[in-house]
Amino acid sequence: MVNLFAMFLLTLLIITAVAIVRTKDLFVAVMLTGIFSLLMSANFFILDAADVALTEAAIGAGITTVLLLGALALTAERERPVSAPRWLPLVVVAITAVVMIYATFDKPRLGDPLAPVHQHVAPWYLEMTPVLIGIPNVVTAILGSFRGYDTLGELIVIFTACIGVLFLLGVPRGEGHQPPGNGAAPPDVALSHHLIPRVVGRLIFPFIVLFGLYVQFHGEFGPGGGFQGGAIIAAGIVLYTLLEGENSSFSAVPRWTLVAMAAGGAILYGAVGIAGMVMGGNFLNYSVLSNDPVLGQQMGILIIEAGVGITVCGALLTIFHVINAREHC
Amino acid sequence: MSLAGHLPILQVVVPLLIAPLVVFLRPRGLAWAAAATASLLAFLIAVTLTGQILRSGPVTYMLGSWPVPYGIELHVSPFSALILLIVTGASTVALFAGRRSINMEVNNDRQPLFYSAWLLALSGMAGITVAGDAFNIFVFMEIASLSGYMLIAAGPDRRALPAVFKYLLMGTIGATFYLIGVGLIYMMTGTLNLADMEARIHGVGELKPILVAAGFITVGLALKAAVFPLHVWLPNSYTYAPHMVTVFLAACSTKVSIFVLLRFDFLVFQQNLVAHDIQFATVFIPLAILAILIPSVSAMFESNLKRLLAYSSVAQIGYIMLGAALVSVTGLTAGIVTMFNHALAKGALFLAVACLGTHFLQLRIENIRGAARHMPWTMAAFVLAGLSLIGVPGTAGFISKWYLILAALQEGSLGIVLVAVVLISSLMAVVYIWRVVEAAYFGIEKEGLQPAGEAPLALLAVTWITVLANLYFGFFPSLPLTLSTEAATALLEHLR
Amino acid sequence: MELFGLYHYWTFAVLLMIGFYAVIAKSNLVKKLIGLYIFQSAVFLLYITMDKVDGGTAPIIQDGVTGQVFSNPIPQVLILTAIVVGISTTALGLAIVIRIKEAYGTIEEHEVREMDHRVA
Repeated sequence: MVNLFAMFLLTLLIITAVAIVRTKDLFVAVMLTGIFSLLMSANFFILDAADVALTEAAIGAGITTVLLLGALALTAERERPVSAPRWLPLVVVAITAVVMIYATFDKPRLGDPLAPVHQHVAPWYLEMTPVLIGIPNVVTAILGSFRGYDTLGELIVIFTACIGVLFLLGVPRGEGHQPPGNGAAPPDVALSHHLIPRVVGRLIFPFIVLFGLYVQFHGEFGPGGGFQGGAIIAAGIVLYTLLEGENSSFSAVPRWTLVAMAAGGAILYGAVGIAGMVMGGNFLNYSVLSNDPVLGQQMGILIIEAGVGITVCGALLTIFHVINAREHC
Repeated sequence: MSLAGHLPILQVVVPLLIAPLVVFLRPRGLAWAAAATASLLAFLIAVTLTGQILRSGPVTYMLGSWPVPYGIELHVSPFSALILLIVTGASTVALFAGRRSINMEVNNDRQPLFYSAWLLALSGMAGITVAGDAFNIFVFMEIASLSGYMLIAAGPDRRALPAVFKYLLMGTIGATFYLIGVGLIYMMTGTLNLADMEARIHGVGELKPILVAAGFITVGLALKAAVFPLHVWLPNSYTYAPHMVTVFLAACSTKVSIFVLLRFDFLVFQQNLVAHDIQFATVFIPLAILAILIPSVSAMFESNLKRLLAYSSVAQIGYIMLGAALVSVTGLTAGIVTMFNHALAKGALFLAVACLGTHFLQLRIENIRGAARHMPWTMAAFVLAGLSLIGVPGTAGFISKWYLILAALQEGSLGIVLVAVVLISSLMAVVYIWRVVEAAYFGIEKEGLQPAGEAPLALLAVTWITVLANLYFGFFPSLPLTLSTEAATALLEHLR
Repeated sequence: MELFGLYHYWTFAVLLMIGFYAVIAKSNLVKKLIGLYIFQSAVFLLYITMDKVDGGTAPIIQDGVTGQVFSNPIPQVLILTAIVVGISTTALGLAIVIRIKEAYGTIEEHEVREMDHRVA
């Protein structure tokens, strides 16, 4: 039964993807992308990837849609049709598809517990996580500790995107952001005329932030962690900004704080790694952080997840604010 | 563990963690100073690591102290050491030389972000080079790529933007192809560690997914390495990037991708896929020949100085792939030492162009006519570096071409064709270098385009140091040759 | 269920190609970016498809529950990273597109190319 549902979801995915490519209205394309993301997320959940489903929903369906809409507002709403049909791309694409389908026939059967991918390293993680790290969520254990170096890299990637967007679209000012112009009514309080979103938004906002914090700190026990938590809190603040306007948002969390957050989380992560080096282990060894190695691991993971959450929140919000504040030309 | 033992990770972490701090350095010049210092530290670490490796062989490092294959491992081999020297060297040279040039092209407010991205690009490439884990390579590849896109987009000409967008699309497709390939291999072997993969892939070998994985990884990395015909993003990106960024990226960014390609291919695929070495040669030798000849022709007809040199770079990548595709000790040595020598030659050439760039806004051949009269040192540097590119004896470029010809001659009748290709392309290089030299020395200046004088001292001095390095390594090539030969031998050992 | 697994892989192949087609065939820059996003998402599907184990559940070990079969945690870790990398690329790409719009007045690739050819 579940299998049939999964296949149905996959079919929906393909239909949505085709619709995205064919539509000429970019707004429709972006909305469909959000739906595509949610369908992906559902699929991930069916395939037992709870953390990934949460991340895809928060970051893919949530933040990506917001950023795409922000960019659309600054660029164009419709796609101009191209005069001649493109045959060469179709041919290239068809050939590659055939090659890949050819490859699928030798793949291990889906779900087979004896497949090579489930041997060797995976059982070791499942066995040793309770012993070495002592937290229930194995994915967080691997993400935070066993493959923590990759996570540091990932954090730096989103930091890079943050400074990249800042560089291209906005310059960080000093303390306190001066609102553009004095006389003209800032366009960012347009939504203040809509009563229902404002009232409801103000009601939900604290719950969103609370939920985000819950996801952040419960990442060790259930699906969750720094990425999801940071993205959810960022989404909450985006909602607040859309409803109350840029100025209120900045008086609550100033712009420079966001950049500091984006950088600070990464530095915090690195600091934990270096602390490990200083105390006798290799970089990112948490076991030496305390007398009890298991406790050390848990402390290490807690701190670096906090660093991840801070950076993700700061980076996503910076990107959003920069795009939002860019004047329409 | 003493500091020396932590060098592999420090190579990456020093620039990586200084980068977020640089963002906050508001005062003029402080961001530059921080970046230059971090880059210099990275270079010193690379030199020390190279010494360690030459003395006692490859170095490994376990992140988090977790044993392989459960944790991520770093692996620094002679090949990695060579690449690290190129990357950190190019970065340091460009930073020390380029302060004035960067000030001219990137406005003050944005400089902290610019330098932060520079350090991230440096640590990204260092991270790729020391990695021993396939997925780790992907993460750092994206760090290097994203910061690279930003550095290129900093170019003052608006044409940098569509150029970098095209690069972003092609680069991300390349990285995603790589990811598909790694996923397929992981599906069949259950591990991500390169050395472990090599061991476990024995039991799998023939199955179709591995073959498809090899294809995806090769195409993905070829996209990033600008191997013909997937090089189309390169000319415009290098042309419209800020001059110092071109110096930095032209010297090392594609070479790191070729490094990963060769490592993957020789470690994982060569001995496990039947007749893969023949497949490799059959695919890459013709592509390399095209890569050497066609861009050289484009360069001969190009008037924009930077784009001319960019096409020349694509041709040089062709040389590297040709050497590697011969799958012999001499061939691989030739290919690898070309990476080093090309970095030196192209770096010096782009530095000389940057010198010209401090006085000429439009870097086209017709605009720089007679420049040699006002900028004699700059043009002399260009000439010498050009000689190294062509491969005149006494320069570093000669060493690489010599080894390439030696390797080709070992291939019998095919070898004669290859030698002819190398000689023809060298002649074409003479043509396009001569066009620039002729205009600068013998051309009549255009009215109203007279420059104020020589290039800034720092830039000129570093340009000359790089030029002299070309000559030094032309007469005393033992360091790069030793590293290259050791690298080639190590790669071929996996081919037992 | 052989078909079940194969269906997943075929969906991956089809989605990959739809995304790839959008990137190379479409002229609108935002469409290209969305195509890139679909392209990357297809790869996520591939990885997560291989993590499933028959009768397994999400790899969260609960106290006192023994004999539980878990699905493979590693592809999940890798894809978490890949999702973040994906959104970073999209964000940077969007920033470049916005700048192109400001500099050229259009986000259609063929129009941008024409404008460049007229100048160069």
